[in-house]
Amino acid sequence: MKILFDRIDEPGLNTLPVYERRGGYQALRKALLEMTPEEVLGSLMDSGIRGRGGAGFQMGRKISFLPHGDMDKYLVCNADESEPGTFKDREIMQKSPHMLIEGIIIASYAGGISRTFIYIRGEYAHQADILEAAIAEAQEAGYIGDRILGSDHSMSLVLHRGAGAYICGEETGLLDSLEGKRGNPRLKPPFPAIEGLYHGPTLINNVETLATAPAIIRMGGKEYAKLGTETSTGTKLVSVSGDVQRPGNYEIELGIPSRDIIYGLCGGPDPGREVKFWFPGGSSSPVLTKDDLDIPYDFDSMAKAGSMLGSGAIIVVDDTHTVLEVALKVAKFYAHESCGKCVPCREGTNWTVKMLERIQSGEATPMDLDIMASVQEQIIGNCLCVLGDAMAMPIGSMVEKFRSELEDEIEAARERAEGADLGDVIPIGVADEHAGPFPVH
Amino acid sequence: MSATRPPVPRFGHGSRVPGWDDAVDLTKDPATVPDPATTPVPAELRETIEAAMAKYPDRRSAAIPALHAAQEVYGWCSPQAIDEVASVMQLTPAYLTAVATFYDMFSTVPKPRNDVYVCTNISCSLLGADAFFEAMLAAAEGNPNVNVKAFECLGACDIAPMASVNGEYVGPLDLADAEQIVADLDAGHTVLEHKQLRYRRSADPEVAEEARDFGPPTREVTDMADTAGLGPEGDTEDRPGPTAAIEMTSEELADHPEPEPTTDQDQHPAGQGHEEAEKDQ
Repeated sequence: MKILFDRIDEPGLNTLPVYERRGGYQALRKALLEMTPEEVLGSLMDSGIRGRGGAGFQMGRKISFLPHGDMDKYLVCNADESEPGTFKDREIMQKSPHMLIEGIIIASYAGGISRTFIYIRGEYAHQADILEAAIAEAQEAGYIGDRILGSDHSMSLVLHRGAGAYICGEETGLLDSLEGKRGNPRLKPPFPAIEGLYHGPTLINNVETLATAPAIIRMGGKEYAKLGTETSTGTKLVSVSGDVQRPGNYEIELGIPSRDIIYGLCGGPDPGREVKFWFPGGSSSPVLTKDDLDIPYDFDSMAKAGSMLGSGAIIVVDDTHTVLEVALKVAKFYAHESCGKCVPCREGTNWTVKMLERIQSGEATPMDLDIMASVQEQIIGNCLCVLGDAMAMPIGSMVEKFRSELEDEIEAARERAEGADLGDVIPIGVADEHAGPFPVH
Repeated sequence: MSATRPPVPRFGHGSRVPGWDDAVDLTKDPATVPDPATTPVPAELRETIEAAMAKYPDRRSAAIPALHAAQEVYGWCSPQAIDEVASVMQLTPAYLTAVATFYDMFSTVPKPRNDVYVCTNISCSLLGADAFFEAMLAAAEGNPNVNVKAFECLGACDIAPMASVNGEYVGPLDLADAEQIVADLDAGHTVLEHKQLRYRRSADPEVAEEARDFGPPTREVTDMADTAGLGPEGDTEDRPGPTAAIEMTSEELADHPEPEPTTDQDQHPAGQGHEEAEKDQ
């Protein structure tokens, strides 16, 4: 069953004529002309669709939190897809931008929202160009603007390009960035639904979530809810990457066994190798091992297994890689992207990197693993946003699940270091020839 | 992996932060909003920034688009560029500097014109991105036009290891592609056209099956769309067609300034790997 990826490779689908010929904007007509905003919201509620960006919060409920009444309300489509391993929104925006635009208009109608924005990451230059052209086409055709299709609903849509910061994918960081500031997350509550962009009530949804809205209106919410499992309805795009033979985006019905995705659709690792561990939902999800491959791929099963579905990005690591090298990559990424606002995240990510590097250089002891685990515990839940948690969860899970391998690594690195020429080690705090002598003041 | 670590650069008093002990001139007032009367701004840049400000309820929202535009003009966010943006937006230079230093795509130090962002995040590094990054650094060494930067996940793990060359995604890359990227950039060609992401079809088998139904696209459609279906029927490889332009000599290029429009030159002139690629960022 393909909903988002239905014939998505059709040439010219990114243009309005082809999209309309395939029945595009019919769901919008149905919503605006035959349904009240409450009915549209009801349909989205019935569908049970959960946010596709990472948190998995129900889209319909999120809209229902917006205050009613005549005021400036905002919708921001989160297209700052920067979670490592995730590239599903890119394919939607590049190949079927009008599906996203139609979804945004439908959601804005359901929430009584008049100003909408798409915050796209700055690196997606090509996709932003395509979206910009598509928005212009939709404006020209009267799908965006005042009194759309003769109804009472009016809205505007602005494409905003970011400039490269992972934290801007966090909803309040995104709002600050959209307001023209550094993308620092805000204290919650108030939640964006009450006080968000320009202090107004704001609905923030992921690209994939919004792009599904036209299909939900077309099919009816109850019909859509029949797909997938009871608590994880519908289809989901999964981005599979890493050590698999056929990486890419796949549209699956939620609840199929993970093995069917990794081995069935993607062909698994190269012949002769096997899966060592995998991230089920982007680099911030706790890792699962090859014993977990038969867990159904849906929100609740992943949570029960101690991980999360996240953005639906599966990163597969095979047995030719060490846990240490992956852990170091993950930790370095979050240390680089921490905005520095909260101490546990800013310091915790950096110290985790240093501890992992100590393992590499042979200076660590097995006790370091306990310290590392305790640092992760102290980050989780103690920051304004979940960036720190996003590092702490996978690192914590790697230390827990691959402790013996890491201990072996510590021992091996120590032996290597002892054999090396110690004359090369620079004592900390002593100036070396690169820095020159201390300046005299 | 060995005990021989590269030495950590140290600055004054053993600090790792350069300039930390440079005294701030406390008697000097902080820079105020530059006076528009005495700050000349190129007309085109001013227009772009003003158009961007008009799109938002609060003009400050245009800070990122305005800095993109200024960086496009000056190549980096120079003090002069920031002053000009500040003058048009009526903000202090300090505010804009704070914004510019937060985001990875802005540079507050001079940099070469062409940006090659090499993804070195998990998925790419599992498939050899770190070695490619080294090769890319070596290939671009001493080249005043190529700025090589290791970047976090660029959102194209399906073509890992990959890089973004002036916004154009290319991959999967092998080590030899590093030299080719530099050569293409120096010659002003479209970069690695046969490895560009824009021509890649969906990996989903059912979708791929359907894609075959469409057959080779007609000329008209190709001019409008570029995302798929450019190969001949039955062609299993994702490529846009011959990359003849790359083999052209400079004399031939003078006669044919652009490669054959196999793609969407009309609709998306940006992103073709030329200088216009950054114009509207």
